Amino acid sequence: MLADYGLIGLFFVVAILFSLVMVIIPIALRYLKIIPSNPNPIKESIFECGMETTGKTWVQFNFHYYFYALVFLALDVLVVFLYPWAVQLKQLGPFGLYVVLILVFIVFVGYIYAWKKKALEWK
Amino acid sequence: MVIPDFVLNAPLAMQVTPADWPGGYWWHWLFFTIIIIAFVLIMVMGVIYIERRGMGRMQSRLGPNRTGPFGLLQPVADAIKVLLKENIVPATADKVVHWLAPIIAFSPVLMIFAVIPFQNGALLADLNIGILYIIAVSSVATVGVFMAGWGSSNKYSLLGAMRNVAAIVSYEIPLALTIVGVIIFSGSLSMNQIVVAQDIPYILVQPLGFLLFFIAASAEINRSPFDLMEADSELTAGFHTEYSGMKFAMFYLVEYAEAIAMSAIITTLFLSGWRGPFLPPWLWFLIKTLVVFFVMVWTRTTLPRVRIDQLMALAWKFLFPLALVNLFITAIEVIFWPDISQWIFVGVNIVIAALLVILWSKLFKIGWGRLEV
Repeated sequence: MLADYGLIGLFFVVAILFSLVMVIIPIALRYLKIIPSNPNPIKESIFECGMETTGKTWVQFNFHYYFYALVFLALDVLVVFLYPWAVQLKQLGPFGLYVVLILVFIVFVGYIYAWKKKALEWK
Repeated sequence: MVIPDFVLNAPLAMQVTPADWPGGYWWHWLFFTIIIIAFVLIMVMGVIYIERRGMGRMQSRLGPNRTGPFGLLQPVADAIKVLLKENIVPATADKVVHWLAPIIAFSPVLMIFAVIPFQNGALLADLNIGILYIIAVSSVATVGVFMAGWGSSNKYSLLGAMRNVAAIVSYEIPLALTIVGVIIFSGSLSMNQIVVAQDIPYILVQPLGFLLFFIAASAEINRSPFDLMEADSELTAGFHTEYSGMKFAMFYLVEYAEAIAMSAIITTLFLSGWRGPFLPPWLWFLIKTLVVFFVMVWTRTTLPRVRIDQLMALAWKFLFPLALVNLFITAIEVIFWPDISQWIFVGVNIVIAALLVILWSKLFKIGWGRLEV
């Protein structure tokens, strides 16, 4: 099994190197004068519908995103718990199903609460 | 076309076995690394051609037909053009983040292909947690997209990236939940074992699961009708507005490589992967992947783009409850009737899926331009 993860690790190194090379090739070609490089202030300004951009770009997130993030966190942890249960389902039998139903019910109450509190509405 | 015997048997000869001697291990790794990278690059070119020609036909125009026979060389011409473009980085951008973003977006997408079986046992590493690995790895690409939006210091890019994160967070849950339904039937997380266990394609046993997975997958990889993060009419081009040249090409590559990865995952989970009569297994795998991709193109040309509140409502109020119901119906079937033929489940599940989708849609109403429940 560990040998398999070794393959994955080696492939990860190759994947990173491959993407790096793809980014570096244009830089190399620029030094060989194949790719043009004539920067000027207008070209390097930020695109915005013909006007100059005003105000800060790096603003704080709308608080509404955090509602989604919180609900996501609770439900995603629940889903991860379901995976091992699903693999062993036939051996665990009905008792396993009842236990998981109780677990899901507890989280589901929270989901209904979030829905009723309009945390799932996009405004 | 006659395919030589050693080509057909090559992947079988390279089966995943514990390394007895270093040479076998390294050859296996080298073989599949080259195969995967070649597969991704060639398939990306192929599907770009299919998408542009197919969309052209569906919109009553011709599509690219000037470069090479039938325009077959169009993706090659595009690749060369984009490689020779000038690289423009905004003066106020966060340079490091801006440069790193394409790399971080692209490498996880390549990593997905490491556990996808092209044929029985023909995959880089037959992890026994294959599908869990895919869910984990595929989420990392979002970080790259958000870095692109943040590093560009452009307001459209940032808005697009924020929308992207919100959408992916929402669609992750139905996606992961529908996979649980498949695992219950197959009893394994390994991608190869899931295919081996599929005597009936799971699209028939899990029709509702397939529908939900397909919708969630289209949203995860930003395919139209869910491509709000790069909605041209609102955000010019979304997170890659400030990218040009090769870095832009990499985001383009990510988009299509993700589409191919999702098609391959759908093929493996629901369409019984490489299994099929008469043709060699890897050819079946290719055909099924391309068919799934073609259906994605088809939905793209058929449906208009949804609004952002509709996008979120669809994930949280439609897909998630139905995925949960689907999961427990599947679990009850498997626990209480373990011995009867799966063909009975096929009929029952199709009826249940149709009823649930119709009844649940009745609860939604459209008022004042908003979708409410």
